[in-house]
Amino acid sequence: MQDIRKALYVGSRSDGTLIERPMSPHLQVYRYRLSMVLSISNRITGVIATAGAALGVFWLGAAAKGPKAFATARKVTGNPLGQLVLVGWLASVIYHTVGGVRHLIWDCGHRYDKEELNKDGPVAVGVAVGASTVLASALLCVAACRRSRRAKAGKAV
Amino acid sequence: MNASVPHIETMRSQLGRARGLGAGHSGVGHWWAERTSAATLLPLSTWFVVQMFRLGGADHAEVVKWGGKPLNATMMAALIITTFYHAQVGLQVIVDDYVHGKAHVPARLLVKIGTSLLGLLGVFAVIKLVASSSSAK
Repeated sequence: MQDIRKALYVGSRSDGTLIERPMSPHLQVYRYRLSMVLSISNRITGVIATAGAALGVFWLGAAAKGPKAFATARKVTGNPLGQLVLVGWLASVIYHTVGGVRHLIWDCGHRYDKEELNKDGPVAVGVAVGASTVLASALLCVAACRRSRRAKAGKAV
Repeated sequence: MNASVPHIETMRSQLGRARGLGAGHSGVGHWWAERTSAATLLPLSTWFVVQMFRLGGADHAEVVKWGGKPLNATMMAALIITTFYHAQVGLQVIVDDYVHGKAHVPARLLVKIGTSLLGLLGVFAVIKLVASSSSAK
């Protein structure tokens, strides 16, 4: 027996033979709720945020290594596919932050009733989507502007 | 004995082995670590997003100049350490929940080593940036 918790699943019949007790029903028997999607999304976005942070560290490492390595990193971050990854990272961090703030509020003993939970769910989605859209487009615009300004200045010199 | 048939391998009853073990005796500390690092990350990551407006599309010289400033280096190191600490604590929960049996300990170690190394890499990159920007002057 690998898992000690399994001890609780072994019962005995009235004739003394052993039987495995039924486990509690699994996910597929439950009706879809927004709250369960938001709950697992918080975990998934946490993992994505970590992966993005790892990429961010490599970007910083490239900057520390020198201009040549940083030029390679810029090719990745300037690439449309790379920018899609960056936007995905940003959106994941934002959703994970919104979900995390909700958890902190729950931990303080607020907004944890069924009605409040169901009311706050769509709000959390709205805030995350709104903040992600605004921040991602603003950051991409700033980066593109800076690039084109430098390209123009480069031509002038 | 057939593995699918429920059976008990030791003389002591399995329920007797499990009973009285209680909680893991360390869960509350882990919970606090997760929450405090999360709360710490709120201002740090907000600062980072603001910095990204300054660094988006920046070239190498600009990034080195930015990274050489003591305040930026401090905030960056704090952000990296807190991020990977929070990641370590959070990923550990995921491993505890989904990885059972023989794979559990290796998975836990992998999370611990992986996040620690990434954090160290980030901190040393910050130190190197500070060093290279001071030598560039």
